[in-house]
Amino acid sequence: MSEAIPYTVDIRPDTGLNNVKLGMWLFLASEVMLFGALFAGYILLRVGSEDWPAGNSILNVPLATLNTIVLITSSVTMVMSWASLLRKSFDKYRLYMGATVLLVVVFLVIKTIEYSAKFDHHLYPSTSTFLAIYFTLTALHGLHVIGGMAVNAYLWGPGAKMWRSAPEQFTNRVEAAGLFWHFVDLVWIFLFPVLYLL
Amino acid sequence: MSLKAFHVVFITLSTLLAVGFGFWSLHDHQMHGGGAGAMTLAVLSFAVAVGLVIYGIWFLKKLKEVSFK
Repeated sequence: MSEAIPYTVDIRPDTGLNNVKLGMWLFLASEVMLFGALFAGYILLRVGSEDWPAGNSILNVPLATLNTIVLITSSVTMVMSWASLLRKSFDKYRLYMGATVLLVVVFLVIKTIEYSAKFDHHLYPSTSTFLAIYFTLTALHGLHVIGGMAVNAYLWGPGAKMWRSAPEQFTNRVEAAGLFWHFVDLVWIFLFPVLYLL
Repeated sequence: MSLKAFHVVFITLSTLLAVGFGFWSLHDHQMHGGGAGAMTLAVLSFAVAVGLVIYGIWFLKKLKEVSFK
């Protein structure tokens, strides 16, 4: 009996998807619940507060704007890396995936600068409810960014060997990683206005 | 939903964010007596929004043979 995972490339008849994509979407559904619960917590805290500060009076909007641009650009390079594999252009894939990983590093460096500035001004999660939810949401998002970077770096480096033995399966892996990466970026697209602008 | 479809959704929401941020910057400029910074951010945001729309159209043309499913 074969021990290979079935339907990693072919479409499974009963779901209409391959197992890679179905598995990733189920995982993302659980992630929506995780972040959804935290956003709900944010709304409840804010509505229940008598004095909620404007995000831009505490946080650095220009740095966050730069980080937003970095993440949107990384989504573009991520999808281009997948499109390059669909066109059998492995060299372009390496270029775009490498750019994606570098952009993630840039995001994390900027985030570290932002956190450091807060700590230098003695602004910690225990300082206020606003900062508590700010650090909780952005740190959890940051952990997802680090996870995405690890997967993307693997697919750029040692994991790319699969392209020679099973190109279609490798392309599906990159697509699944791309779905996760887009979700992480989408969370930021909501976090940025909620925390920094409103 | 494929990565292509998710990317289109993402670019659409990013465009809306860019437009919203542009208006937020304009409002900030008017409310706080406006330095050049807020106005620059507003202009940049609207430019990014236009750029994202152009990119989205280009992307759909480039991957028109790839399924949305």
